[in-house]
Amino acid sequence: MDNGSKSRIILKIERFLCYLFLAFLTVLSLFSFYVLIINATRAHPDIQKGFSFLPGKSMLNNLNSILKNKNLPVLHGIANSFIVSGSTALLTTYFSAMTAYAIHAYEFKLKKAAFLFIMMIMMIPNQVTTLGFISLMGKMKLMDSLIPLIVPSIAAPVVFYFMKSYMEASLPIEIVEAARIDGSGEFRTFNQIILPIIKPAMAVQGIFAFVGGWNNYFVPSLIIKSANKKTLPILIAQLRSADFLKFDMGQVYMLIAIAIVPVIFVYLCLSKFIIRGVTVGAVKG
Amino acid sequence: MARPVKKKAHKGGVNYSRWGYFFLLPFFITYFIFSFVPLVTTFYNAFFENYMSGLTKIGPNFVGFDNFKSIFGSDLLKYTRNTVILWLIGFIPQILISLLLAVWFTDTRLRLKYTGFFKTVIYMPNLIMAASFSMLFFALFSDNGPVNLFMIENGFFKEPFRFLAEIWGTRGLIGLMNFLMWFGNTTILLMAAIMGVDINLFEAAQIDGARSSQIFKYITIPSIKPILIYVLITSMIGGLQMFDVPQILTNGKGTPDRTSMTLIMFLNNHLFSKNYGMAGALSTLLFIITGILSLIVFKSLVGSPDKDGR
Repeated sequence: MDNGSKSRIILKIERFLCYLFLAFLTVLSLFSFYVLIINATRAHPDIQKGFSFLPGKSMLNNLNSILKNKNLPVLHGIANSFIVSGSTALLTTYFSAMTAYAIHAYEFKLKKAAFLFIMMIMMIPNQVTTLGFISLMGKMKLMDSLIPLIVPSIAAPVVFYFMKSYMEASLPIEIVEAARIDGSGEFRTFNQIILPIIKPAMAVQGIFAFVGGWNNYFVPSLIIKSANKKTLPILIAQLRSADFLKFDMGQVYMLIAIAIVPVIFVYLCLSKFIIRGVTVGAVKG
Repeated sequence: MARPVKKKAHKGGVNYSRWGYFFLLPFFITYFIFSFVPLVTTFYNAFFENYMSGLTKIGPNFVGFDNFKSIFGSDLLKYTRNTVILWLIGFIPQILISLLLAVWFTDTRLRLKYTGFFKTVIYMPNLIMAASFSMLFFALFSDNGPVNLFMIENGFFKEPFRFLAEIWGTRGLIGLMNFLMWFGNTTILLMAAIMGVDINLFEAAQIDGARSSQIFKYITIPSIKPILIYVLITSMIGGLQMFDVPQILTNGKGTPDRTSMTLIMFLNNHLFSKNYGMAGALSTLLFIITGILSLIVFKSLVGSPDKDGR
């Protein structure tokens, strides 16, 4: 056997081992979600009786009973989660773009200081300010309201940084000057000329912000008290703290599926777009 | 760094600089109210005795550094240790496998197919709600959950293995979830870093007859070092904030015997029981630790000259 075909065989074996390992990781990543979907379609007694790779026939039944469950206001939860994550996504993208635009397009005395400040606060985890946040919300009479979960997203340093990097790469300042010569006001230029140009960046960050809001648990669990204002993560936690064995497992899996499936669906539609967005901000070029 | 765009910003006598301030206003007002004021009051609270004793509220009375003393006298070190262990169980396989995958996916000799598919699959868990993912694992690995049923039906186990009653069972599950949620993300970051390396370096090494392991050790690793540091430190900061997964999995109790209680779960307990003095002291400590870690990130990103000053 000559050297060329020998190394070709080695390459083939290497490739095979790579695929084998990747297949293993794929199974590991998807296994839990597969069981989730299967068990969400099975009735409680079947789930308790044994494991199954095949779906059951109780999907609608489970859906119906979890939506009608008196202890868990699931429909309210879905609506609240949508309100919070939708508004968060809108506010955070619009105002982060505005902040980034201020730093990108204008010259002013405090520009460098402002930029440095935002970079410095970027890494502060919001858990360390939560104590002050809760007591402030108490004083502002905003406890047990969705507002504290939405409005703070106007100031999002990470999204700002992403927007600024994007503008540096794809927003030549000449466009702004051309708009000025045409007599467009600064605010109008931003809304009608700049925003359409940076739409791709806004979409990516909008998705991340939506998912972040949808999944957020720590602060909402401390702010929200009344049942009808709870978001989905709080309901999931409530499910955990209830006496687990008394629960209909079909319903448990169904509620988890309700919390997870919308995100998976959006992700599968836009995965290319989303994966490209992961690296911007951390890695340049 | 923000590079001056133009020197002649005063064209036509119009001063645009006030628009810069105007556009910055929403960010800074919001930040001031919802983050800065809370941050300062959190620090402030750390120096006051302020808690509920039954239904009576004690304080706030100024106590100096007493809260810090008592928090170090409590189980703080145990919870710090837990947090570090839980982080390591997830992070070590995460960084190793991510590096391996990133090298494979970018290897021009291997030329793997379906990398788009694999990336899509391994990144997906990152977007899943941690609370529901944890609840899902709780259901799957409970004493008579699907995993135990499967293992018994196929003769691997004689009787149910009580994952959540075992210290390393619980910690292992938390680590596994963190690993699953983050290794795809890290892989994508490292891939981007490797693809940013000058391709000629790899080719020259190949022509000189370097083996894959040598290329990896002497070219890949040194060239992506800044991103590796970034991944390490951001993951440490994330690990310090670990909450949702262990909180839901152990119902906030850090069972068994508080061996999976993390620092933020500890903070959450103080916030929930309205012991604001202790919560303040703990938050202040966490702030200092993340501050130090962030400085390292900042240095590693801004400090290296080849990152064009950013």
